[in-house]
Amino acid sequence: MENKYSIEQIKSAHKILKEFTYVPKPVNKGYSGETLYVNLSTNEIKIKQVTERMKEIFIGGRGFGLWYLWNAVTEKTRWNDPENEIIISPGPIGGITQYPGAGKSLVVSLSPITGSAMDSNVGGYFGPYMKFSGFDAVEIQGKAPKDVVVFIDGDNGRITIEEAPLEDTNSHIVCEQLTELYAKDEADRLHVATVASGKAADHTLIGHLNFSFYDKRRKGTRLKQAGRGGIGTVFRDKKIKGLVVRTTNITGTSNNPADQALLNKTGIKLHKEIRRNDDKQCHMRTQGTAHLVEIMSDYDLLPVNNFKFGSHEKARQMASWVWGQKFTQGIPDGCWFGCTMACAKAVDGFELKTGPYKGDKVIVDGPEYETVAGVGSCCGIFEPDAVVELNFYCDTYGVDTISFGTLTAFAMECFENKVITEKETGGLKLNFGNHEAALELLHQMARGEGFGKIAGMGVRRMKEYFVKNYNADPKFLQDIGMECKGLEYSQYVSKESLAQQGGYALTNKGPQHDEAWLIFMDMVNNHIPTFENKAEALHYFPLFRTWFGLNGLCKLPWNDVEPEDNPKTDEPAKVPEHVQNYVDLFNGVTGKKIDKKELIRMSERVYNFQRVFNLKMGFGTREHDIPPYRSVGPVTCEEYESRKDRYDKQLKEKAGIDPAGLSTEEKVKKMREYREKQYQLLVDAVYKRRGWNEKGIPKLETLKDLSIDFEDVVKIVKSKM
Amino acid sequence: MKVKMLGKKAELCSACHECEKTCANVFFKVQETERARLRITDDKAKKEKLMVTCTQCGVCINICPTEAISRNKTGIVVIDKKKCVGCLSCVGFCPEEAMFQYKEDTLPFKCISCGQCVKKCPTGAIFLTETEIA
Repeated sequence: MENKYSIEQIKSAHKILKEFTYVPKPVNKGYSGETLYVNLSTNEIKIKQVTERMKEIFIGGRGFGLWYLWNAVTEKTRWNDPENEIIISPGPIGGITQYPGAGKSLVVSLSPITGSAMDSNVGGYFGPYMKFSGFDAVEIQGKAPKDVVVFIDGDNGRITIEEAPLEDTNSHIVCEQLTELYAKDEADRLHVATVASGKAADHTLIGHLNFSFYDKRRKGTRLKQAGRGGIGTVFRDKKIKGLVVRTTNITGTSNNPADQALLNKTGIKLHKEIRRNDDKQCHMRTQGTAHLVEIMSDYDLLPVNNFKFGSHEKARQMASWVWGQKFTQGIPDGCWFGCTMACAKAVDGFELKTGPYKGDKVIVDGPEYETVAGVGSCCGIFEPDAVVELNFYCDTYGVDTISFGTLTAFAMECFENKVITEKETGGLKLNFGNHEAALELLHQMARGEGFGKIAGMGVRRMKEYFVKNYNADPKFLQDIGMECKGLEYSQYVSKESLAQQGGYALTNKGPQHDEAWLIFMDMVNNHIPTFENKAEALHYFPLFRTWFGLNGLCKLPWNDVEPEDNPKTDEPAKVPEHVQNYVDLFNGVTGKKIDKKELIRMSERVYNFQRVFNLKMGFGTREHDIPPYRSVGPVTCEEYESRKDRYDKQLKEKAGIDPAGLSTEEKVKKMREYREKQYQLLVDAVYKRRGWNEKGIPKLETLKDLSIDFEDVVKIVKSKM
Repeated sequence: MKVKMLGKKAELCSACHECEKTCANVFFKVQETERARLRITDDKAKKEKLMVTCTQCGVCINICPTEAISRNKTGIVVIDKKKCVGCLSCVGFCPEEAMFQYKEDTLPFKCISCGQCVKKCPTGAIFLTETEIA
């Protein structure tokens, strides 16, 4: 589809609402030392100083985001109040080019679907470019009355808030438009990075943000997603069409590290490791994360039909080799310079079959594993082209593919169980596998129409809506609605791994695999058999993974490639050599002298602070850490029967119940009693290991030990005990 | 097209390192062999010298995220330092390990088949030859 307006028309329609000049501070040892504050209600722009204390306690990235948000909101603030903020920060390591996966931005805001602090990790060039333009973070508060673009001109030290009426809202168009608008010429487009959302973020609570990067070879903007928790919805509620940064200060030393030679050595070592091993290990360079599809199906972990089942014979239609063929090969697909893991794969020249862009040939970023499983198998959809089309429209409309997949699967199961019918869906036949209905649901979200508007509220609100308006059984919906804390589950079946049930439900922001993925360790390899072992894993891994988000790093190069001798090390699951790489990177950038223990302590401060943030917002206690039973065990007889042998054996050997003579219904009940008790015992063990009381509240001595016993933190914790 | 490249005969190499010193001197005005665009080391398995030289194969061209590496008019693979962002992906992905990098510097360097080292080799272990590229 032709763009409705030319770049000249778009440009001449811009009205500058505020102009602010500054002298960009050069980065020193990973920090510029200043952050940018923009208020869209008042058009105030100011610069804040980053204190040594902030760096010591919160490090950067997600830590800075949480700290600024904490100071911006009260316990009464809701996501669509003007005081809610969107904070973007890359962290001190973010922006180095030598080590793969080092260009991440962390986005923090109060979430429309959880009501509490949300953090989302995203690639693209915005975060590093912002830092090299002088800012360790940007905070956006307030709401504009009309659509605006905020532009950071890092070369000339100028920031503008501009009324932007004519740009498109959908990301695949607006990111191109803004890139062209703010670049001096074709070659300069590489120096422009943008953030945008899309039309569906205007009408749903699951809006995401697209962070762009200009792909020189494809000559187009690529999009990476800050997917989780509806931050795109907040973005559009603030009437932001786009954030734009432009800088030509992009070199191998722009992050001005303390020890560049150490970064070079560590980076080259990993580049070589990826060259030697990727083809034998994860195939990230050719298939991206989509390489996981058949592995998950083979291990019974691929969500099928709203997480009822863990595998499907048709999963092979969407297997790694299928994606390997659809993705354009031989292009350095990193979402930041120097990422030779190169998982940011794309389908080029894809001709759309539905919606407003029907007939257009587009670049589709992905699909990644989470998308294949979410909008694919979880909805019973196994058509690769349907997955690509759903992927494209989710991205451009600004909708999180994980939440969209999980909530559509929930609606489908409700439809199949006649909780809702065509009457309620406005004629959409939401049977599992109906990709046309799924696509139409998505287009409705973008148009703000019909059942799309209801579904776009997310699983938690759909449950309430169906109970209130359609007389649905609340218990059944609670069991099958795959959300916890209001956030939709990401795409792994955790039923047979107690540790992963905790890995999902004991998260700070809601069930997302970026905190812990313990299934193989727990279920396949049986490395963490006791409650104490599992609790230790649920202490260490969430904290280790939190650290990536403090520093502007991607998790994938940690364990999606491993040194050849890793299996022979003491703790292969931790990938010790790579842990040392991260210690070296942090020390190499900042000049500090941390070790692997301090690395965990750094995360522990921020993690506990986020737990207290949840308390502040009225959550954060034990009842919010309980998963829906679908993630713990078989809800229905159909599910039990599908794994009858495994479940019968477990009843007999683990629960001490002889299944002989029991009906499936009785066995489901007994299994549930057993598993729910196991889960509570796990929670006890994890809370103890984390230094929290039995309600899940961090103990005062824990806070003191972590040096986060600030007055307001202690006050909140005391009031909840 | 035919492109000039360094040929090598490891069995003739006496490891005098004159080639490395010459190269480092031509490009960096130092004698430090770590600044050379080729390397002479020991190949313990074969009990002979390992000569690491660029074959002008061009794998690095497709690895570079900023298109800073390309072939010049004569087909030699060269780096445009204005475009390079110092990621060192090319260093890690060179199949010959003949893309080099020095300590804290982030600009990689490689052989451009100038032939200066050939002139100094006392044994004929390195020489200029040609390779066919598509």
